[in-house]
Amino acid sequence: MATTHPITVTVNGKTHHNEVEPRLLLVHYIRDTLGLTGTHIGCNTSQCGACTIILDGEAVKSCTLFAVQANGSEALTIEGLAHDGQLHPLQQGFWEEHGLQCGYCTPGMIMSAYDLLQHNPDPSEPEIRHALEGNLCRCTGYQNIVKSVQHAARLMKSESLPDQGYETQEGHRPALVEGPEAVPSS
Amino acid sequence: MIPGQFDYHAPTTVQEAVQLLQEHGDEAKVLAGGHSLVPLMRLRLAAPSVLVDINRIPELRGINRTNGTVTIGATTTHATIERSEVLKRVLPMLPAAATVIGDPMVRNRGTFGGSLAHADPAGDWPAVALALNAEMRIVGPDGERTVPAGEFFVDLLTSAVEPGELLTHVSIPVPGGNVGMSYQKFGHPASGYAVTGVAAIVTLYENNYCLDCSIAITGAGTKATRATETENALRNQTLDEATMAQAAEQAGTGIDFLGDIYASEEYRQQLVKVYTKRALLAALHAANEGQSAEAQKTL
Repeated sequence: MATTHPITVTVNGKTHHNEVEPRLLLVHYIRDTLGLTGTHIGCNTSQCGACTIILDGEAVKSCTLFAVQANGSEALTIEGLAHDGQLHPLQQGFWEEHGLQCGYCTPGMIMSAYDLLQHNPDPSEPEIRHALEGNLCRCTGYQNIVKSVQHAARLMKSESLPDQGYETQEGHRPALVEGPEAVPSS
Repeated sequence: MIPGQFDYHAPTTVQEAVQLLQEHGDEAKVLAGGHSLVPLMRLRLAAPSVLVDINRIPELRGINRTNGTVTIGATTTHATIERSEVLKRVLPMLPAAATVIGDPMVRNRGTFGGSLAHADPAGDWPAVALALNAEMRIVGPDGERTVPAGEFFVDLLTSAVEPGELLTHVSIPVPGGNVGMSYQKFGHPASGYAVTGVAAIVTLYENNYCLDCSIAITGAGTKATRATETENALRNQTLDEATMAQAAEQAGTGIDFLGDIYASEEYRQQLVKVYTKRALLAALHAANEGQSAEAQKTL
């Protein structure tokens, strides 16, 4: 029996301490241990990107890391984007531009797009497509996903958002329509 | 799929890592970016009983330039190489090749050293490292040794790194003179792996006279291979499209070609010729455009 390891991971601003088996994948830690099921498991072969989260500022496939590797790290999942019932501009973009159909790939798409917009707030269409190469969508044909990211980029620019300070500008985004309160960021 | 059980170690020094690898021998695998190893473990095609995670060894990460050499630490990610301003200036083929590896998430975690040590026949870095005459620094229980790229890729998925050893750094000489370099790849449309990838470097004198050239091919065969015959045909020649196309006909010599359901052996033989010509043309163009402006200064 492999010994367990203590890990400390901050997810969406909340610090968690857990004992994990080394073989526990980060995506299972997030979904099963922490109960954050917004991060999806798609292909299980490191190709589809449904499990994408932000780890220490970079988009990663959480099905291709062990939870022990995230010890001491900070993670952001789809649940950490909305604040005070207000959608993040990317979530609003996907809403406004019909960027999803079944929605399975959407959390991963949004987290990859989040990484892109961090580095490149005004991406061209080819840059958006290149940045989303690791995320597969079987419904949309990607057209509306690209429009959604462009929409978000415009919103974030017009609001000149300091990273996550998008809870200003009340009324510009639809409120969350369902589900529990988003996990507070800190 | 859930990987098999294993013991996990995260050493913080090279010595500690080598000691662990030595202690566990064949049972242990090195975990760098994990983007080849973890998928294999999930499919249970690999089931090491010990993983030595080298990501917490600071000295293995980063890009350093000293005099005429660039040294890249084994756990430097593809994304770091892709964004490196130093490499864009002096070894522009490296960041250019990085952008066509996998996808952004793979590039954020996958590592230069991991990819080289894994020696995947369809990996991109082996061709680039071979063409650039990289030297691999390997640390083992008996100390350190250096292996030139030409001797590093032994066979399919087999590099010169022995059990108990760790690839720590890769040193690449910055080519001097009027140099142009390019990596051209035909990627598998689904996986993105190289069905054929060609790295070409040309060093010119006046009027496209080829003083030296270096060509390496990945994806087509069991391991990355230098296109020696094509190189010999081009040295001390004036480069133009016809000359390069003719020389590229020999680029497959010495390759132990692979074939699969997507690309037959014959198809790969043809791809090697076409992509060698394209890489040479792009390298020539780059040299004429002064791609490696800083490298020229060292002449």
